[in-house]
Amino acid sequence: MKFDQCASSSPKVSIQAQSKVRILVSGEDALIVEYGDGIDPVINDHVYGLADAIDAFGNDSILELIPTYRSLLVHYDSQVSSPNEMIEFLGALITETNNSSDGTEKTLRRVYELPVVYGGAHGQDLEDVANHAGMTPADVIAIHSGSDYRVYMLGFAPGFPYLGGMDDRIAIPRLTTPRVRVPAGSVGIAGSQTGVYPKASPGGWRLIGNTPVSLFNPEVNPPVPFLPGSFIRFNPITEEDAERVSEQVTSGEYKVKMIELKS
Amino acid sequence: MNGTIRVISPGPMSTVQDLGRTGYQRFGVSVSGAADRYALRLGNLLVGNDQRAAALEVTLGATEFEFSRATTFAVTGADLSPSLNGYTVPMWQTISAADGDRLALVAPATTGSGLRAYVNVSGGIDTPPVLGSRSTHISGGLGGLDGGTLKSDDVIPVGPVINPIPLGRRIPEDLLPMYGTKITARVVIGPQDDHFDAEALDTFFSATYAVTDQSDRMGCRLDGPEIPALDNSHDIVSDGVVTGAIQIPGDAKPIIMLTDHQTTGGYAKIGVIASVDLILIAQATPGSRIRFERITVDESVALAKKQMVSLRDIKFDQIPASDNQHIYDLRIGENLFHVDISMSGGDGRSTATVNGVRYSVELDSGE
Repeated sequence: MKFDQCASSSPKVSIQAQSKVRILVSGEDALIVEYGDGIDPVINDHVYGLADAIDAFGNDSILELIPTYRSLLVHYDSQVSSPNEMIEFLGALITETNNSSDGTEKTLRRVYELPVVYGGAHGQDLEDVANHAGMTPADVIAIHSGSDYRVYMLGFAPGFPYLGGMDDRIAIPRLTTPRVRVPAGSVGIAGSQTGVYPKASPGGWRLIGNTPVSLFNPEVNPPVPFLPGSFIRFNPITEEDAERVSEQVTSGEYKVKMIELKS
Repeated sequence: MNGTIRVISPGPMSTVQDLGRTGYQRFGVSVSGAADRYALRLGNLLVGNDQRAAALEVTLGATEFEFSRATTFAVTGADLSPSLNGYTVPMWQTISAADGDRLALVAPATTGSGLRAYVNVSGGIDTPPVLGSRSTHISGGLGGLDGGTLKSDDVIPVGPVINPIPLGRRIPEDLLPMYGTKITARVVIGPQDDHFDAEALDTFFSATYAVTDQSDRMGCRLDGPEIPALDNSHDIVSDGVVTGAIQIPGDAKPIIMLTDHQTTGGYAKIGVIASVDLILIAQATPGSRIRFERITVDESVALAKKQMVSLRDIKFDQIPASDNQHIYDLRIGENLFHVDISMSGGDGRSTATVNGVRYSVELDSGE
């Protein structure tokens, strides 16, 4: 590891083997490990690889982590570990995780199945999306539920997932006039992004369906049904199924189905 | 039985706040908590609470509360002209209240008095914790009383008092924060300082910025000279945000992230304000002037440490007897009595408070 104390800039550390990895100072009690500046599955894998390694190590002076598309923010108690000590600790762990993940073996891909009622009152823009794409609503459903979406990060609001990997054939611009109220659980498309509203809010996404699963519940820990760094698969269900799921969600019996795949 | 506080008048924005919700930012949950952490800590220390206990954060005033039980409380933070049953009471010291007493926070005493006061009560505010904190996060609807701002007739539970509460405590002068309308904020540059050239950094550290009225618990928006980013790289792929971070969005004017900020953000951050100075910005009224001064990360850590040590080693002033108030502890056998005898206001009305129970006193005119 090489310390690169630029004269014109805050301390930045480059890791020799991975020249693109930088440790950036973010004030008196946080550091940011930056793996890149784009939206890229490989970069995102590195972020979660390091987050897992830090969690597994159990450094008591680390208070919390914020993984994002491309970086990991490490919030720490600088009265216990100085910035330099924390930079050294992270530098060693970065090198270690890079060495262990550069091989051919890849971690398992965790896919969570999110049941969705498509169309009708649950997704009132499904027809418009289909017309825009020049296909039938059934085609849109097949395409939307046919891929796995990477949860790059959670942010913006409690439980809001930033998803990647939507098929461009069903891309559509946002509504020109946002709705005053979008119900919780709404599944929508905005440009070439898809997402789910954890709670009712104003919004301009084109709504194609609704999930009865709660995306954020502060009564349980963790308060979200799937962890960032994993994948979501939308599973089309009927309205009757949705009612049953909804009852199980209310009673606390419902558990989101998770499958592990080799990626 | 534990006491309660009833909201008579909630004012524009009163919430329950503690030191915030740690550990859930990876799920998109903001930290929130008191905008002025230092004032909250001092208030808790005064009334014998853990520094992390919850209090009422009152913004700008127009607020009135009623105590359901004799208690000790302290008002810290902004001077919003507090009064008890219509009589002015001092800031930054313990005050005893009797069952039914009403505390009003009226309005900022001056433009430089700050925006947010903390009503700290012995035993702490005891609303149910959510994800480990009682802090209210309004946009997320979490914590506090039903996740929102206080409303008229809300009844706020107060926790049990564990230790006998010393009366007559006051925060020593040298520990009081220096709120004002001219602020120098020390800044550690980064994490995206490399999006700005030397000239932009020079502008940032030499110019004076004004606090705009587009400021709330999420952020404080400033007006002043523009800070252009290299190749217009104001927008970045979202990364983590800390409290005190200074974002420079496309309009090239700084926005300082306060306690309710979102966990991630897509604007370049030129630097992060030292926590000891951030409270001054959280208390700054619109129109206040801010200058930035560059420091190293080690200096910022040292400033925070010095403040934490001063809180740990705090020696309260004992409120001296004055023409209208005597406070003392009286020991009879095993029993300790806290006695506070006060002349209230100009009408010659006097009270004696013994262990938190108030008695009105008949004055013997001597005739």
